[in-house]
Amino acid sequence: MKHLLSAADLSRDEAVLILDTAAELAAVTDRSVKKLPTLRGLTVVNLFFEDSTRTRISFEVAAKRLSADVINFAAKGSSVSKGESLKDTALTLEAMGADAVVIRHQASGAPHRLATSGWIGGSVVNAGDGTHEHPTQALLDAFTLRRHLRDGAGDLAGLRVAIVGDILHSRVARSNVLLLQTLGADVTLIAPPTLMPFGVESWPCRFSYDIDAVLPDVDAVMMLRVQAERMQAAYFPSSLEYSRMYGLDSRRMAMLPEHAIVMHPGPMNRGMEISADVADSPRAVMVEQVTNGVNVRMAVLYLLLGGRQEETR
Amino acid sequence: MDSRARTVLDDADIGRAIRRIAHEIVEKARGSEDLILLGIPTRGVALAHRIAEAIDAIEGTHVPVGALDITLYRDDLRLKPARALEPTTIPPGGIDDRTVVLVDDVLYSGRTVRAALDALNDVGRPAAVRLAVLVDRGHRQLPIRPDYVGKNLPTSLAEQVKVEVAEVDGVDRVTIWEGEDA
Repeated sequence: MKHLLSAADLSRDEAVLILDTAAELAAVTDRSVKKLPTLRGLTVVNLFFEDSTRTRISFEVAAKRLSADVINFAAKGSSVSKGESLKDTALTLEAMGADAVVIRHQASGAPHRLATSGWIGGSVVNAGDGTHEHPTQALLDAFTLRRHLRDGAGDLAGLRVAIVGDILHSRVARSNVLLLQTLGADVTLIAPPTLMPFGVESWPCRFSYDIDAVLPDVDAVMMLRVQAERMQAAYFPSSLEYSRMYGLDSRRMAMLPEHAIVMHPGPMNRGMEISADVADSPRAVMVEQVTNGVNVRMAVLYLLLGGRQEETR
Repeated sequence: MDSRARTVLDDADIGRAIRRIAHEIVEKARGSEDLILLGIPTRGVALAHRIAEAIDAIEGTHVPVGALDITLYRDDLRLKPARALEPTTIPPGGIDDRTVVLVDDVLYSGRTVRAALDALNDVGRPAAVRLAVLVDRGHRQLPIRPDYVGKNLPTSLAEQVKVEVAEVDGVDRVTIWEGEDA
């Protein structure tokens, strides 16, 4: 593995290896010395063209725990705001000796372009590109599911997962469908017809417009944020109506089986897709998802950078 | 098994070596209090458990056993593709102020032990660290020496030494042969 661009690039064995590695690295988080010398001398650049709090900090913590040097590059306040292109930014980073670039970009496909253009020699990690993919989020979700529902080992064969909300604009949903399917889980997408992507019938999952019909038969439900910033049109009449039809409140949570967990990639809009009492309930694992995110990203950085680098140029 | 391979220790020899190492550990530590055995995966962990059982038989006390994976501390990580990690388990209570005995199958360059000492440093501050190995084949590249040795096995650099233990390989055996990896 040289880059991590899409959840679809991972085979079942590669995905399980990342999860197993993350599980071993999680033990480091419990120690008083939370640092490993593994990536000493390597430089990881966080190249964020889009706002992000938890993903950027998560990657930063992960790289620092492995002793890599971290450079945070935010488009705001950089030469990008003066009109610099992705290519020139990449060439600059390459000249400074970046061993890995963690990129978030508003354009779908930007990480792929960066990885295949020959502009940089290091590894590229997709930290979210447009409405396309967010593979490390899917990995941390798979890790969380495996810990709670599969005793932390193996794959997710037979696990039933519902992903509810703004599927159309969600890179998290797309990566999760691809990865969870690879790991053997059974995914059902739930959204109003206007927020269901075109061609969803060809995705490797089921879909439904009726949340109440699906909830009693799932092991986990993943609520997605309604991404108002990506919506140029009216996709539903009012937020109150959306919340009534597709939001997870305590009445709907009671329909879930006893063992089922509630997930959310964050940031949450309390009162919109998830009610406050559900978000604060013991079945909600959002805080743990953040912790797992650091472990999974450490595993990805270690597996990409820790061994011998394959020459691609 | 490679046809050129020669068995230098069989299961009875290995059993005797482990019992002797257990006696030596207890003698030097004047008992088994405050001892912790940490095996280096994979085969060192199996050997550490066996030494603990032998100490149990001698002293009637239960010595805590753990595993210390050193992959992330290796100095040759960049020479091979990224390796999978093995479990690290530190017994409850930690290693602070205890005597830690590191257990590995073969002592060769000493680089694995160097990495283990670094790893130990991040886990806690033991009162003392000792090293037990089943086979010392020589050719040290670092100033490291073992405290307890099952067998000193003078080898040439062209030779390969392989330790097999029943828990991992289904058989207890140490073999040696000349040439490439089997």
